[in-house]
Amino acid sequence: MKTFNYHSAKDVKEASKLASSNSAFLAGGMTTLPSMKLGLASYKDIIDIKRIKKISGIKVSGKTVTIGAITKHVEVANSKDVKKAIPSLAALAEGIGDPQVRNRGTIGGSIANNDPAADYPSACIALNAIIHTNNRKINADKFFTGMFETSLKSSEIIEAIEFNIPQKSSYQKLPNPASRYAIVGVYVAKHKTGINVGVTGAKSSVYNDKNLAGALSKNFSSSAIDNVKISTSGINSDIHASAEYRANMIKAFAKKAVDAC
Amino acid sequence: MASLVGSRVERKEDKRFLTGKGRYTSDINIANQTYAIFIRSPHARAKIKKIDTSKALKSSGVVDILTGEHIAKDKIGGLIAGWAIRSEDGSEMKCPANPPLAKDSVNFVGDPVAVVFAETLDEAKAAAELVKVDYKVLKAVANLSDAMNSEAIHDGIEKNLCYDWLLGDRQKVKEAFDKADKIIKLDIINNRLIPNAMEPRACVIDYNTASEEITCYTTSQNPHLSRLIMSAFGGVAPENKLRVVAPDVGGGFGSKINLYNEEIVCSWASKKIERPIKWVAERTESFLTDTHGRDHITHAELAVTNDGKFLGFKNETIANLGAYARVFGTVTPTYLFGPCATGVYIMPAAYSNVKAVYTNTAPVDAYRGAGRPEATYTIERIVDKAAMELGIDPIEIRMKNFPTEFPFKQTLVHQVDSGDYIAGLNKAKEMADYDGFAARKKESESRGKLRGIGVTSYFEACGIAPSPVVMMLGCGVGLWESAEVRFNPTGQVTVYTGSHSHGQSHQTTFAQIAADELGVPIENIDVVHGDTDKGTFGMGTYGSRSLTVGGIAIVNACKKIVNKGKKIAAKMLEENPDDVDFKNGEFVVTKSNKKKTIGEVAFASYLPGVRDEVKSPLPEGEEPGLIESSFFDPSNFSFPAGSHICEVEIDPETGRVKLDKYTAVDDFGTIVNPLIVEGQVHGGLAQGIGQALCENAQYDESGQLITASYMDYTMPRADDLPDFNLGFTCTKATTNPLGVKGCGEAGTIAATPTVMNAVINALGGKEISLPATAEKVWNACKELKKSNAKAA
Repeated sequence: MKTFNYHSAKDVKEASKLASSNSAFLAGGMTTLPSMKLGLASYKDIIDIKRIKKISGIKVSGKTVTIGAITKHVEVANSKDVKKAIPSLAALAEGIGDPQVRNRGTIGGSIANNDPAADYPSACIALNAIIHTNNRKINADKFFTGMFETSLKSSEIIEAIEFNIPQKSSYQKLPNPASRYAIVGVYVAKHKTGINVGVTGAKSSVYNDKNLAGALSKNFSSSAIDNVKISTSGINSDIHASAEYRANMIKAFAKKAVDAC
Repeated sequence: MASLVGSRVERKEDKRFLTGKGRYTSDINIANQTYAIFIRSPHARAKIKKIDTSKALKSSGVVDILTGEHIAKDKIGGLIAGWAIRSEDGSEMKCPANPPLAKDSVNFVGDPVAVVFAETLDEAKAAAELVKVDYKVLKAVANLSDAMNSEAIHDGIEKNLCYDWLLGDRQKVKEAFDKADKIIKLDIINNRLIPNAMEPRACVIDYNTASEEITCYTTSQNPHLSRLIMSAFGGVAPENKLRVVAPDVGGGFGSKINLYNEEIVCSWASKKIERPIKWVAERTESFLTDTHGRDHITHAELAVTNDGKFLGFKNETIANLGAYARVFGTVTPTYLFGPCATGVYIMPAAYSNVKAVYTNTAPVDAYRGAGRPEATYTIERIVDKAAMELGIDPIEIRMKNFPTEFPFKQTLVHQVDSGDYIAGLNKAKEMADYDGFAARKKESESRGKLRGIGVTSYFEACGIAPSPVVMMLGCGVGLWESAEVRFNPTGQVTVYTGSHSHGQSHQTTFAQIAADELGVPIENIDVVHGDTDKGTFGMGTYGSRSLTVGGIAIVNACKKIVNKGKKIAAKMLEENPDDVDFKNGEFVVTKSNKKKTIGEVAFASYLPGVRDEVKSPLPEGEEPGLIESSFFDPSNFSFPAGSHICEVEIDPETGRVKLDKYTAVDDFGTIVNPLIVEGQVHGGLAQGIGQALCENAQYDESGQLITASYMDYTMPRADDLPDFNLGFTCTKATTNPLGVKGCGEAGTIAATPTVMNAVINALGGKEISLPATAEKVWNACKELKKSNAKAA
């Protein structure tokens, strides 16, 4: 690991001010620190934001669940409020990585990193999330822009994620047996306003599968998915799963999710 | 005193390991030490044109940078193959030079070319980035199946062939095949594995400039052997000036048998730079440079009669050696593999033919089971295929071909002294509720799932020795073990063993044995190992040889102590030694019931006199003290055996395999500590199941290891495994006084074919290759559905 300057920011304003093109915000550090240790990333300044209490914690209103950016996965997994309002979201958090990761990793860190196989981005898509930053609100469908890319600017900090409480929802994933990231993860959510199918692991970035959502809007049952064709175009292929297998697993896990709703 | 052999004695090691008080190599720090970082080839095959260290040498904190040129100039020898294997045509095997630092060419990604020593680890890393190595990159030979048709990677080694070895009689096999009703054929790939010991390799070197003694602390399974190789072949220092210490070692599984480049380089360099050196591998270095395991391509054929009798067996295997031949690299796919390939069966004719080839990948060497898992996989898979093709139950076909009398002359080499394969399989069948499988399968099917059952019967040849046999087969050293048992004057006992424990719990097991032999409480017995300056020699811990060879040396040394003690006790009691019995720690004269405890005898042996008179408890000519040593070289290998049965459930929608039930019935002869043995079986099963379901080391065409981290290399985890249902049968080994056979590899050997037989059974006999990953199984499920639809 290369030498760097460490800053512990007391509030979002200070953190944002310290940011430069050669800095990184540190929340749980679950990706940033291993990347630095492996020499894949190096920064002049590391700006630690995990002492900013204001951007932590869980609030449930009638229609939404709002989770502070530096809230840890374990807190979401164990939250009675989340379990009651959106049980599938608590279950997703419970299934991220391993106990060490869940006790360090944060929701804001996860979505800011936008790993193509991370779990939370699919929740943002499926639950019509609004990403609150220090200077704007971004709809989830405008937030995830590509592999490890988001619409965040370099000094912009996520403060909270606001999820819409759906009528029904479920997240089902086929974990990569080695890393336990999603080979395919499918988050099905039925809202009054419509159905979303957030798919992670399958493409370069999370996406809302409109074909599956369309089929489910007509008939919300797993049999409705049987005749949906999923093209392998743009689907990831690696040593763990071919594009064909992944494409089929999107369907298989979408069905499991619908059945579990 | 009740016998401790056979009791579930809690491990003496537990307190140390469970409270973080273990002392591993990387816990050792020497004042004024430097830190080493190795510069490794990023290419699988290249010529080294030039190494420029000028900029790096000026970098902050750098003490020195050494390259292959330096090591060649100092005439430091390289790494060696420990076994010389001859080809079928009588020619000797061909091995390339393997210098500790590559000078002219590199042959796998991770091959070290230079080393930086600096004041701090960060400075060493920073300087390493400044070393410029100019390579001429050559086309890598990374694919085993093409290796013999590819360009030779080592000068003078045509077809990349180390040897083309044969064991058995081709003519007899041909005759047997001519008589067969049916020939069963099977092509398999035994997947390459990375051992992944929990503790990465490390060494800390302390050079004493006054005594000129080098002390090398290292992560080794066999410190004595490492010293011998480093001294005799490396020329680093004479044996008396080289001390090798392997303190607590966090797992080896075969990967720490070898002496590695880093230990030679750092030991040599420490003398050169006159500073202590510390090197600790990072996990990526472990993936890249620890010796790997398995990696065979096999074509096997089994000749059978229609009623399921085996007539003959052919085993044609290509084995990957990786870039260089290392200590057990050449014997693992030959004498540790070929003889076991006919399994636990009467096989009238057989041969094993193995072509061992070099590729531009990490060296392949012994990995838990070493050759025997590959052999067992081959025979147990083809036996299941035969059962299916002949329509015979898998248990019935095995029973039909088991030997019923022991000793059993196994087809190719081994004279198996004892066993009862029928009893083992019957017990496994009962414990696994084999007869209830059909109902469970039906229940799974009602939930849309597939269920399969798999059976394996195995034997292995372990307790690797005896010296005259292994040396006849090409081993460069004798494979005995030795022990010294030392009574302190005040009655405690120190047992010095040449065997090394890196998780096997010798401190407990060996103390149990000594406690029984000497009648001393186990609390008063300490076991010392792992330091060439402390106690006797040893040839290392692998092949389940610690108890069967090293443990017996302890037994024999204890017997010598008792013999001497008898003479002393007799003198003290003024009786004839022939009238003295030794039992439960006491020397007793039966007729008069006079006795002396062994503690009293030990005390007297060190204080051989009394006040006011000239009188010794020692018989005429007997030396003071109570210390004895023994070398043990058994007359044969030992032959554990067993039968395992498992059930899997498959989700055809996803291809995911759930291992639902696993029953293992093993015959390890006498069991000294069931608690420890069960732990060994559990660990072995996890590794065997890992090979069957998830582990798979993969190189791409250019020779880059694409599974070089835990993000891509799948280790089995606790939640992948069911509760194991263990049982034991016992036929004692006849070749050692304890009747022990060894238990270290059994789980690994049996689990892989057991699980795959179950998976393939669930798939209605559709062959899939190792490991049974979800995607492969899903594809097979699709095909099965198609063929079932056609049939309907």
